[in-house]
Amino acid sequence: MDFLNQLFVDFGQQILSSVTAAFAIAAIGLNIHFGFTGLLNIGQAGFMLLGAYGFAITVEAGGGFWVGILVALVVAVLFALLLGIPTLKLRGDYLAIVTVAAAEIVRIVGGNQGLAPITGGAAGILGSVYQPSFTALSPFPQNGSFQVGPYNYPLTQGDSWFLRIVCWVVLILVCILVLLLTRSPWGRALRGIREDEDAVRSLGKNVYAYKIQALVLGGVLGAIGGVLYVMSASVQPDSLGRTTTFLLYTCLLLGGAATVLGPVLGSFLYFMVIIGLNDFVSAFVPSSIMNEQQIPQFGWIVVGVGLMLLVIFRPQGILGNKKELTFGD
Amino acid sequence: MTEPAPAVAADDYDYDRKRLRAKLATVSQEPGSAKPQPILSVDHIVRRFGGVTACDVDHLEVQRGAITALIGPNGAGKTTFFNLITGFDRPSSAKPRFASSGGEHAEWRFQDRTLTATSAFRVARAGMVRTFQLTKALSRMTVMDNMLLGAQDQPGERFLSALVRPTWTKREQEIRGKAEEILSRFTLDEKKDDYAGSLSGGQRKLLEMARALMSDPAMIMLDEPMAGVNPALTQSLLGHIESLRDNGTTVLFVEHDMHMVRHISDWVVVMAEGRIVAEGPPTTVMRHQAVVDAYLGSHHDQDLGDDAVLEEDFGAAVAAEEAERAEEPEATDAAPTEGVR
Repeated sequence: MDFLNQLFVDFGQQILSSVTAAFAIAAIGLNIHFGFTGLLNIGQAGFMLLGAYGFAITVEAGGGFWVGILVALVVAVLFALLLGIPTLKLRGDYLAIVTVAAAEIVRIVGGNQGLAPITGGAAGILGSVYQPSFTALSPFPQNGSFQVGPYNYPLTQGDSWFLRIVCWVVLILVCILVLLLTRSPWGRALRGIREDEDAVRSLGKNVYAYKIQALVLGGVLGAIGGVLYVMSASVQPDSLGRTTTFLLYTCLLLGGAATVLGPVLGSFLYFMVIIGLNDFVSAFVPSSIMNEQQIPQFGWIVVGVGLMLLVIFRPQGILGNKKELTFGD
Repeated sequence: MTEPAPAVAADDYDYDRKRLRAKLATVSQEPGSAKPQPILSVDHIVRRFGGVTACDVDHLEVQRGAITALIGPNGAGKTTFFNLITGFDRPSSAKPRFASSGGEHAEWRFQDRTLTATSAFRVARAGMVRTFQLTKALSRMTVMDNMLLGAQDQPGERFLSALVRPTWTKREQEIRGKAEEILSRFTLDEKKDDYAGSLSGGQRKLLEMARALMSDPAMIMLDEPMAGVNPALTQSLLGHIESLRDNGTTVLFVEHDMHMVRHISDWVVVMAEGRIVAEGPPTTVMRHQAVVDAYLGSHHDQDLGDDAVLEEDFGAAVAAEEAERAEEPEATDAAPTEGVR
């Protein structure tokens, strides 16, 4: 029973963590692009990284927390416009190519040693540089910790209760925003564009403007996710690379694209699979077969195979409507 | 079936079809002839794909209140022409952005509005809504959502007002009622909560037409509305198209089915190799020599399996026949109409 106990404790810990919430928010952004509008953005990690840089660099320069958030959002809007204006009039594939390349450009430029005075180069920006601006906002005592059941976290510092609460409030607000938008005629127009943009154009809708709006909204959510993602750690360009984008797609497809809670559920499940595997292997598999270092790599394999099986046998994900995906084009 | 109020109450709309046909009977039957009340007037519209000129229309006017058919053999440029005037394609002859005025640039006017180089959604907003040859039902949306998407002036389609539900619920109610009314006219009301992808081909055609009507267009452009529709449904589609006209929507459609063209159209425009070769009322235009030639080739009545082809002077014989034909134009009227079918 030790194993099950450990498993549930670890599940809870992971689900509560700011990283899960940050992933869920970024995946919701991707859902706006891919699930609702049909835009193939393969550079969501670029939006996250850019948001994180925008926030961290502004705070480091003395801008303060709120200015940092504002800069992160503005940078994401500009990035979305930069990518969207030339490509969204073209066929969908072009956006995919441009986003994957642009996300790599952000990552490589950020990691460039020549920019080390600003971005910290490959080492990135340490959390201690920007975290104080966030922890200063905490209503809780600056020091001390709090225990709920098996979970004991600091109140304010580092990977704290305060950060968890903020992440969850933001996640809930984002879900409400997406719910309102997708149930509105605006959301209906997006879904129409996903189905056939020429048909929507022939009905007098400015498809280009809708696509730009969707790209900007999803990108901004990506940037918010990015800021929350680095809040308990540090801004490191290589931690937000291509794999992050594909993980977001995994979360999205697992939970169900074009649903409001799909990406949230998908993020939970994704991390639970990784944690569960980790606990299972360390409890039952002798280290002569698989050692500690090999577990995460094995986890990647399981996730990859799982994603393939998912797309083949349940393309609508867990929350998706089966009927909605039954009809091909 | 209740007849809804006329969608567009233009003063010069001929609700009386007899009067309209009488007016059209006086129009000269040659390509590019002027109509008494044109709703659409197109000038110098040319589209080239590499060396191929797909469409080269010098002038065309479409009569308001008429059902105008655009016919022609495969590859005549009918769909290209549709795409050009609805903004889905750009004419090669479009006026360059910084060119001085003058010269023969593409220009077309719709209801006294110049639509030159206008994007497709603006054309639709101006009141010229089209359907597609390959039906574009939005499969993974319900029939009702398809319909609601067709409505104009929806505050809820703007990003910020979408967030504030009270700003758009009233309009949503209005268009939902209207959608239900149109769906019941098209006998799709029982399908309104089904996904559009589950409809049959003919029902999708109906849905596409019904969706286009949500915006009360002044003119609806149907690209092969009968393609792939079974004969029983064809009858009801024909009825729908005629009732559109009777309710105040001018209809322009592309069609291959000659029977249908003859049955419902008031005016027929014939295209071949990108050009308009003939215009006229359906009963007479089919007999036009240019039309017969376009569909069947100039030598359709010549048996090429005849030994004559082996004779050296066959070419001369054909040339002689051509010359003879040119001299006696009245003889061309006697060309068989059956062959056109």
